[in-house]
Amino acid sequence: MTATEESVPSGSDWAELYTGSARDAHRRTLLELARADDRIFCVDSDTGGFEDGFAAELPAQYANVGIAEANLFGMSAGLAASGLIPFAHTMSTFATTRACEQLKLDVAGNNLPVKVVATHGGLSAGHYGPSHHALQDLAIVRTLPHLTVLVPADAGETALAVRAAAHHPGPVYIRLGRNATPRVYQEPYDFTIGASVQLGDGDDLLVVATGALPVHYALTARDVLAERGVSARVVNMHTIKPLDRAPLLRAARETAGIVTVEDHLVVGGLGGAVSEVVASEHPCRVRRVGVEDRYLDTVGDERDLLEDGGVTVDRVVTEALTLLKPTRTDAYSARPDAYEPRADHHNTRRR
Amino acid sequence: MTHEDVSIEELAERAYRAREHILAMGATEHGTHVGGSLSAVDILTVLYGSVLRVRPDEPRWPGRDWFVLSKGHAAAALYAVLAEHGYFPPEECRTYGQRHSRLAGHPLRRLPGVEFPTGSLGHGLSLAGGVALAASRTGRDNRAFVLLGDGELQEGSNWEAIMSAAHLGLGNLTAVVDRNGWQISGRTEESVGLEPLADRWRSFGWSVAEVDGHDLAALRALFGALPRTPGRPTVVIAKTVKGRGVPLFEDRKKSHYVRLTPRLHERATAGLRARRRNQT
Repeated sequence: MTATEESVPSGSDWAELYTGSARDAHRRTLLELARADDRIFCVDSDTGGFEDGFAAELPAQYANVGIAEANLFGMSAGLAASGLIPFAHTMSTFATTRACEQLKLDVAGNNLPVKVVATHGGLSAGHYGPSHHALQDLAIVRTLPHLTVLVPADAGETALAVRAAAHHPGPVYIRLGRNATPRVYQEPYDFTIGASVQLGDGDDLLVVATGALPVHYALTARDVLAERGVSARVVNMHTIKPLDRAPLLRAARETAGIVTVEDHLVVGGLGGAVSEVVASEHPCRVRRVGVEDRYLDTVGDERDLLEDGGVTVDRVVTEALTLLKPTRTDAYSARPDAYEPRADHHNTRRR
Repeated sequence: MTHEDVSIEELAERAYRAREHILAMGATEHGTHVGGSLSAVDILTVLYGSVLRVRPDEPRWPGRDWFVLSKGHAAAALYAVLAEHGYFPPEECRTYGQRHSRLAGHPLRRLPGVEFPTGSLGHGLSLAGGVALAASRTGRDNRAFVLLGDGELQEGSNWEAIMSAAHLGLGNLTAVVDRNGWQISGRTEESVGLEPLADRWRSFGWSVAEVDGHDLAALRALFGALPRTPGRPTVVIAKTVKGRGVPLFEDRKKSHYVRLTPRLHERATAGLRARRRNQT
């Protein structure tokens, strides 16, 4: 039985259940999973929201280890080594930049089936201030061996991702936002770790996004581009590791290039991962929409701060249009005598 | 495996041989953490010889007690004791630190008997706490033991683990502190002092025992009566001597990490033998 066959509601039930935040969807899903499998264990680090639900109903499968993220991962590794399937809860920033060593050595290093549920991903806790921004986490977790990295695009997909993670034999990092976000999926689908989802077809370029608002922005940008006669295909890259290479390489061969969109620094996250793949397999132009390399200490909610960081629909559109403009290299190649001077150029340089 | 028939004399003999192995590992190309290994070796010998319910020929036997070497730099002591208790041939100790060996400077999980790789300090107590929690919640009687260095207690993560283990009532968890009083830069009390150490653990809700960490009979008696308080984790603060058993290294800062030249290895081994003769 696959993860999605269990008790995923369909149609209108789904729409009803999974309108809202990824965190709520996760809590509901985890409780369902834990009712059916007593190996599922909820390890909390005072994140709030489990006391009246999970802890009240399944106290034997719940422990709060305190506001102590290093201890959270160490104990979760111990639980997992003993045959349980712990879901370890903290915020993305604490999971990665505070307790990184425990995540690296105790969880990922040992390939233990700890499921890290990292909430408040990216700028979703924007109004809390820079201490609660998680803009480096994907860059960090991407470098940890054995670790699978999931970034669901809405509450419904979160439910699917959590189920898939529970059944996955190794460690998983699940990055969730804090707030209710637009629904991407109207009904459940066959979520598979490592298999991205194409959300719209197009010939001119690929917009690949990860996470709730980035996917939403990508879909909105596709509509804006369509009005301007540009057809963009859109991919929801819900798994950052292992990265689904096929749609990237297809776009590299067939289109003008790729725009990446993420709620993360432009360095090391989705944009970095995509660039690595195409640079080594089939070079194409990649324009990365993400938070620029600076410290965001402005005040605002999630969308405001994304805008301050440079992540907007307009920006996605602009970068997409940039891909379609001829580059200097393109212009050079288009000259009738392009090949001859190029050879000369090399010779000149060598001299 | 039952331990009742292992005499104190036999434990002493195993600890002696383990010390020889440690010196041999110190005499390899890279050297090793000699001082902290020699201070821990009696504790490990009693644990593996008389306390832990383990099956060396079936290291992942589900009914086993778990041991975590949080002070992973004392890997040489763990290797020596595991070898003495049949996890792998003692001759393998000679491969320590060599290419393709299973014996790294800090323990690797691929070596039979190693539950978790360690080396970064401040990890072991949480790991053992998770094992103890899993056993208690699933109704199994596995126990978890962890050996901590005293300097290691300066890592804050330990205190996270100490607080939560007491709160969760992990009576099946035993921590042993190898209290040799030294860390790299000098005496622990001159670096960031740990005293009053017993009071600190006690105030965090643990059952505390203090013992001579080289008194095999006392260690065995103490470990044989666990948990000391039902529903509470136990800490055994074992007073030890860094470099114990080798006069050259005893209670000396310089014994922390040593590469023994052939001549030094000879002298150290001679000192170890002389100490043994005087004690018997």
